[in-house]
Amino acid sequence: MSALSSIPVRVQSVSHGTANCGNAVPILHEVRHALERLIATGEGTQIDLNAIPFGPEDEAHLLAVLGVGEVRATIDALGPTHVQETAIPGVWLIDYRITEDQRLALHLDIGDIPEILRTQRQDLDTALTTLDARLTRAQGGAQFES
Amino acid sequence: MTTIADPMGFLLFTKGPLFNIAIAIFALGLAARLAEILLLGRRPNFAEPRAGEWLPGLRTVVTRTLPDPGTFKRAPFNVLTGLIWHVGFLVALLLFIPHIELIKGLFGVSWPGLPNPFVDLVTAVTLVALAATLVHRLTHPVKKRLSTIEDYLIWAVTFLVVLTGYLAYNRLINPYPLALGLHILTAELFLILLPFTKLTHIFTVFIARWYNGASFGRRGVQS
Amino acid sequence: MTTTKHRVGEHLRDQGVSRRAFLKFCTASASLMALPPGLIPAMAAALEQARRPSVIWLSFQECTGCTESLTRSHAPTVEDLILEMISLDYHHTLQAAAGEAAEAAREQAMKDNFGKYLLIVDGSLPGPDANPGYSTIAGVSNYAMLMEAVEGAAAVIAVGTCAAFGGLPEAAPNPTGAVAVMDLIKNKPLVNVSGCPPVPMVITGVLAHYLAFGRLPERDAYHRPLAFFGQSIHDRCYRRPFYDKGLFAETFDDEGARAGWCLYRLGCKGPSTYNACATMRWNAGTSWPIEAGHPCLGCSEPRFWDAGSFYAPLSVPTDLSSSRILTAGAAGALVGGTVATLARRTVATAATSRQPVTADELEQTL
Ligand code: HEM
Ligand code: SF4
Ligand code: SF4
Repeated sequence: MSALSSIPVRVQSVSHGTANCGNAVPILHEVRHALERLIATGEGTQIDLNAIPFGPEDEAHLLAVLGVGEVRATIDALGPTHVQETAIPGVWLIDYRITEDQRLALHLDIGDIPEILRTQRQDLDTALTTLDARLTRAQGGAQFES
Repeated sequence: MTTIADPMGFLLFTKGPLFNIAIAIFALGLAARLAEILLLGRRPNFAEPRAGEWLPGLRTVVTRTLPDPGTFKRAPFNVLTGLIWHVGFLVALLLFIPHIELIKGLFGVSWPGLPNPFVDLVTAVTLVALAATLVHRLTHPVKKRLSTIEDYLIWAVTFLVVLTGYLAYNRLINPYPLALGLHILTAELFLILLPFTKLTHIFTVFIARWYNGASFGRRGVQS
Repeated sequence: MTTTKHRVGEHLRDQGVSRRAFLKFCTASASLMALPPGLIPAMAAALEQARRPSVIWLSFQECTGCTESLTRSHAPTVEDLILEMISLDYHHTLQAAAGEAAEAAREQAMKDNFGKYLLIVDGSLPGPDANPGYSTIAGVSNYAMLMEAVEGAAAVIAVGTCAAFGGLPEAAPNPTGAVAVMDLIKNKPLVNVSGCPPVPMVITGVLAHYLAFGRLPERDAYHRPLAFFGQSIHDRCYRRPFYDKGLFAETFDDEGARAGWCLYRLGCKGPSTYNACATMRWNAGTSWPIEAGHPCLGCSEPRFWDAGSFYAPLSVPTDLSSSRILTAGAAGALVGGTVATLARRTVATAATSRQPVTADELEQTL
């Protein structure tokens, strides 16, 4: 973060932000319902955390309870997107950001695997052409960067 | 434009031209009433004064402001609710920070205010007490017959000023400019009515209390 | 600006935008507009198939700040993507063409897309009764150009407080007779994206909504999209706990200011201002005015230039003058004094002209 975070304005608002406490718990219950649904029917759920009036403490509390799990991935499309499985299997945290590290959205995804991690059918259309092109160039002895 | 379609226009109207009109009527009316009362004075009293005027005058200012035990025993409800809502009203009016800023803007004087949540609590109590006075007025057999249209009118403006303030502060009317505009509008009604109704007592009550004591004192009667 | 592909999906793929990037865009837009995440797949499908609308952007009495706001973000951004999704056929600041070629492009786009194009306006314009000479483009008055362009528009987006409410040009004494777009256009769907300038993501959010759902988003009494203007700055302000406790900064460098207390007493118009700054912030999410320690000016509200000092608290009337009160008081005292003097004189004359009456005389008059 920039030097802005060193301005006491922010620090103080965090420590005084009592009015913003207590929103994490209902979300955790919502996650529980979603997990039950996933187990029973296989149906996934997305929760948009931006839509909830969260104070800084709420988010920290929520993330602390969910913990850190085994999988961590970064997708590089329209800026970075960080995907992290929490310590609760099936509960994923997805942090959509743009290049300047501004957050676009923060989702909890309750499911087997977040959609954005999968290879997309639409992108497969170009898979063969890309590979063929690269094959041709490889035969010509070209070097590849990525 | 109607207020629903243009809440900001409404707020700016109440904060601008209407406020100027209201405050001018208020100042003009009040100064006229006070000048009249003070200049008119009383008929000259040629009798020899038996004692001083000032001390007894000041004494009644105090004694008639504090609830006296006899009256309290006879009408505890009137005394108690009356006291509660008068104090609450003055606290909200004079010790709420947005109002202090208004007074500072108008007259350049200011004083420390109370924390918003405290004023809010006082306001809620004031509203309950004011509502109770109306119920009492409507149900008490004697009070009911004594009450005039004017009594109900000034109860209504007083109540509405406090109520709209409460609604605005607690964001219970949307959009906020409409809520605040309504509050300022009712406060302006209050200001306009003040010099021409019983509300004038806000400014004359202590003069009257002093005068009573003074005239008793002059005659050597205990005040 | 020119492309052969008319569907958003195809066009983006041609531009090398991956499916994941597109999904991410949809997610961000949904989050922006407070739509439930469950709607994202449907939104993506609709956007894919949406036709890239022709957009005609008219700039009237404006400072170009709104265009700056929209384009001042670094690639690759959501703003860039949305600009790919439309076909911006006329914008006299952004387009390469100039002069007659530009005007010809506008007329061509209007003809080709009659009834279907989006009309975006920034800036206010001299009203029908004002001198049209205050603002013209290629010799055409703003009013005539707007009225002509609106004929074939599917919807109108007024960008910025000037277009939405008249803004600075309309501030007293409004020398150019400026009016807002909504004052002139009554028979077309219209959305106001106010702000001086508007938050860029709000402009793109409205466009994304229009593309995905084929209609303008839900609006408030001022035709502003509720998703962004539904809550006041004050209701989303991170300094609100201080307001609620009654802790206020009283100058810009006192203890309270340093501790980040509420800016109400320094003139903050946050309580009466509806905008998205408090959550979306400015400059790619870096900060926003109140976080930087400056009160909100109320820039997304009608007549904010004429709403009194930016530094006077919201409870202070706009046009205070203690001399007016003193004058009124003096006049009142005069009235009161005159009444009192008259009353005294009546009493006095009554006293001097008093005639003694005997009981007998009284009896006779009965
Ligand atoms: C007879 C005069 C007035 C009385 C008795 C009065 C009373 C009140 C009360 C009881 C509240 C609510 C306090 C709370 O619940 O915490 C309030 C709020 C307010 N009053 Fe007044 N008021 C008066 C005149 C005015 C005037 C003339 C103005 C401005 C021109 C004004 C501006 C405000 C503002 C801005 C608020 C709300 C602040 C907020 O939303 O947080 N008041 N008033
Ligand atoms: S700084 Fe402004 S918007 Fe924030 S709480 Fe204070 S008055 Fe409200
Ligand atoms: S904080 Fe207020 S004045 Fe500043 S940009 Fe936002 S709405 Fe406009």
